[in-house]
Formats: sequence, C-alpha cells, structure tokens
Amino acid sequence: MSRETLFNAAILALLVAVPGWALAAGEPFTITLATRAVIFALAAVGLNIALGLGGLVSLGHAVYFGIGGYAMGILAWHAQSHTPLIDGWLTLPGTKSMPVIWLVAIAASALAALLIGLLSLRTSGVYFIMITLAFGQMVYFFAISWPAYGGEDGLPIYVRNGFPGLNTLVPIQFYGICLALLCAVLALNAALARSPFGLALNAARQSPQRVECVGLDPVRLKLVALVISGAITGLAGALFADLNRFVSPVMFSWQMSGEIMVFIIIGGVGRLFGPVAGAGLYVLLEHLLGGVSEYWQIFLGGLLLIVVLFARGGLAGLIAGRRVAHD
Amino acid sequence: MTEPVLSTHGLHKAFGALAATQDVSIDLRPGEIHAVIGPNGAGKTTLIAQICGTLAPDRGEVRLLGRDVTRLPPAARARMGLARTFQISALAMEDTVLQNALLGALGKAGRPWQFFGAALGRADLRGRAEAALDRVGLWDVAAVRAAELSHGQRRQLEVAVALTLGPRAFVMDEPMAGLGAEGSHRLTALLDGLRAEAPILLVEHDMDAVFALADRISVLDGGRLIATGSVAEIRADKAVRAAYLGDAA
Repeated sequence: MSRETLFNAAILALLVAVPGWALAAGEPFTITLATRAVIFALAAVGLNIALGLGGLVSLGHAVYFGIGGYAMGILAWHAQSHTPLIDGWLTLPGTKSMPVIWLVAIAASALAALLIGLLSLRTSGVYFIMITLAFGQMVYFFAISWPAYGGEDGLPIYVRNGFPGLNTLVPIQFYGICLALLCAVLALNAALARSPFGLALNAARQSPQRVECVGLDPVRLKLVALVISGAITGLAGALFADLNRFVSPVMFSWQMSGEIMVFIIIGGVGRLFGPVAGAGLYVLLEHLLGGVSEYWQIFLGGLLLIVVLFARGGLAGLIAGRRVAHD
Repeated sequence: MTEPVLSTHGLHKAFGALAATQDVSIDLRPGEIHAVIGPNGAGKTTLIAQICGTLAPDRGEVRLLGRDVTRLPPAARARMGLARTFQISALAMEDTVLQNALLGALGKAGRPWQFFGAALGRADLRGRAEAALDRVGLWDVAAVRAAELSHGQRRQLEVAVALTLGPRAFVMDEPMAGLGAEGSHRLTALLDGLRAEAPILLVEHDMDAVFALADRISVLDGGRLIATGSVAEIRADKAVRAAYLGDAA
C-alpha cells in the first residue's frame, strides 16, 4: 500500500471514528462540526476537479455553492409557506425532499458552470481568476438586492428537509447522508482521474498545445471539468443550507470562494483526499481558535503562509509524499 | 506528378511592419522528406504555425490532402492527419512516457468523453501507444515521467506521440535541436524510416541531418522562399550560399 493510500484510509477512519465517538459520548455538537467539515470537503472536492485536474483557478466557486444553497432555500421555503413555486400554465409546488432538492441544486449549478465556463474559458491565467471572481460578485449582489427570497437577510427554513427512511433531524443520520455523498463523489473523482477523459484533461492542464496537436479540444475538456466541478460544489451548497437551516447571500461571497480554495491548498492541490484533510483541519482550527479570539483567521493566515512557503503539496504532500503517477 | 499531401499557396503574414512570411508556396509530396532551412528569424517557426493552424495567415491558403484547411483550428488539422512535433518539447511533463503516448492514441480514437474505466486498461489505446514507444526505442522507460527523460528521449517521445496519430503528414520543428552527436544520429535513422509512412516537412538547423535526410530542400530568408531544389541544387545555389550556408556547404 502506498503512503497516499494509507493517508486516505486514515482520513476515512477519522471521518467514521470521530462522530462514532461523539455519538457514544453524547456530544451532538461534535457531530455537527464533523458534518460541517464533510460538507466543506464536498465543496472543495468539487473545486479540486477544476483546479487539481484541469488547472482552472476558479475564484468564483461560491456561485455554485450559493446556487445549491438557494435551490434548497427556495424549494423548501415554498413548501413550508404552502405557496406554489411556479404558478402559471403549470403549477409546481416546493418540496422538502432532499433527493429532489439535490437534483435541482446539481442541475442549476451545472448550468451556471456551463454558462460561466463558456465565457471565462476564453481567457486563462490571471484573467480567468478575475472573470470567475467577477461572476461571483455579480451573483452575490443580485442575491442581496433580490427581495423575493429574503434579500440580504436570507431565508430561514424551520425544519430540516427529509430523506426517505431516515430522520434527518438526528445529527448522526444527517451526518451519514453527507458522508455517503462525500464518499460517492470521491469515488467519482478517483474514477475520473484514471479515465480517458482524466488523461486528456490532465494533459490539457500541463500543455494545451499538446492536446490540440493530437486532435482534442482543450477548452471543451476544461469546460466539461468545470461543469462537473460546479455541480458537485452545488450539491455541497444544498447540504450546507440544510445543515444551517438557513441560506443567505453570504454563501455567494468571494470570501466563501476563497475558503473553498484554502481547504484545497492546505490539504493538497490535485490530491484525492487533500480537500478533505484541508476542510477537516479548517473546521478544527475554527472551533479551537474561534474560542480564543474572534480574529482566529490570523492564525489561519499564518498556517496558509507556512503551507505555501514550506509544504507546497499541503497536508497530503507533507504526509504522503509527492504525487506518484497513478496506473 | 502526384498530388502533394500538404501545400501552401501565397502564404503571407506580417507582424506590424515586419513581414514574417511573404508569398510562401511550398509543398510536401508523398514519400519525401522536405527540409526547410534558413537563418534565425527567417520565418520558419511562423510558417509552421500557419501550416498547423496556431497562427492565421493574412493571405494565402494551406491545403491538406487536397482540402483547404486555412480556417480550420489546429485540432481539426490534427484529426485530418497532420502530426506536429515541437521545437521546445510540449509534453505532459508530470505524466509518464506511456501516458503521453496514450494521449496520442486517445486523440486518434477521437473519443475523450469516457469518464469511467482506466485509460491504461484500454487495450486498444494501449496497444497503439506501446507500438509507437517500441518504434522509437522508449519501451523500457514507459513508466518514467516525461520530466525525468533526457533531452534526446523527449525528442523521441515527441515523435512517438506523432506516430500514435497514424499521420498522413509530419511537421517537425527542429527535432535535432540540442541533441548531441549520438542522439542526432539515432533520431536521423528514425526519421529516415518514417518517410515511407508519411512525408515529413522538416525544419532543421542541423545541416548534417538535413543533407543526410532531405529529398528536397527549401530555403527561407527574410520571410521569402529563395530557393527550392534537390540537395545538390541547393548546395550549388549562389544565393543560398550567400544567405545561409556560407562555407558549411
């Protein structure tokens, strides 16, 4: 077994053991913290497909995270207020069903990623970063100024949405749902990285010229990667809103985009479990240091500096060593 | 005369006041190696960029297999069978030699939208990639990362990737650049055997390799084609001697 496999297995074990311990010890707050970490991890795994595989430094992933959040918020708000979602030639009600909400979140954020990608992938480098940031800001200010769904105040949802056969109000059950989704997406990510598509995308990141000269279109490869990436981050957004039972424009903020990227940089860019490790460490620090000072992010900044200067591969690089070519 | 595989007609490209390509008409016939030589700044790289589609000409036409491809993007020309190797190796450096060759095979198959199943497990792609590596003599380093290859090996890998495309024409930009005597002998022998498969448009500075390989030579100077002919004709051409060859010929 390679060191990376051990690293991944250790993280998975922690994801099971910590909430397991919290359940036995009667510490529901720890389970909520773990849920928060898993959802952040899911958002970051999404970004890592664009960033790690495709080399797309998207500073606008909060768009997809927020769209997922509002997909949940809008559907659930119509259901709880008993008003139809659409009332025209076709009447559509809201819903409190998680699977339906997830599908809407995935579809809406994938569509947004497609539109943003079509425009932003005409550029590269720092221009790409700025365009994705600009889209993020546009959507953020739109959400603030759109009064129908709470505007700046956001939308509270009174009861967590349901999942067939489970009681999502029990923290460990909701955690189980989130962890299962994270594992499914990690499996998808691993499959993608090894697939013919992954091979081509990986090469498009390193040398777009090369990919063109074998007759493939690097921009289309990256566009598809961005759509998959946005869809996953959108799913995470729906879960995040459900965890908090609240959605607000903060989910669209550029700080949110930055945080998702920080998870990846701390954990290890392009590494399968890097975003998971990064999100876990972030939530742990937030909890431990947040009690010391409300300016705890000063310490986070210091950590980020150390990682960027001395441990470029992030936690994964530090513990599991350099990335080896997978076969 | 047989129809050329690849040709340009009255190609013209200017950057501001600098005419990098002026009225260049050149053709590549089946079975030949056609070398393009010229001093630095003669417009060789600009010409290649227009032939491969990374640079649009101001005027003129590029034809591939009897079709006007002047407005086609590079990927479309590659799919038609135009295989290019780069002056500065443009390989996926973090990937292994085999993965680089597999990319070519994947491009040839033309179906990158497969999201499941390992690329390395695809027998069809792998067979094609391994055959190409075997041919250029990189079989024993298939599992090594491209970044760890020697300069000469990277050149060989460039050729291997081109081979996986099953090309109808090769365009090679200074494949001998930076190679030692041994490396350039090995590559010369490799290219010599390729012309039967597909003709090669060879832009090269290494005159030993050009004289050893070329069936015809074209000379560029200041963006213009000043001569085209057999090796003997070019060696004897006064204008060429003045512009470029000097005493070397």
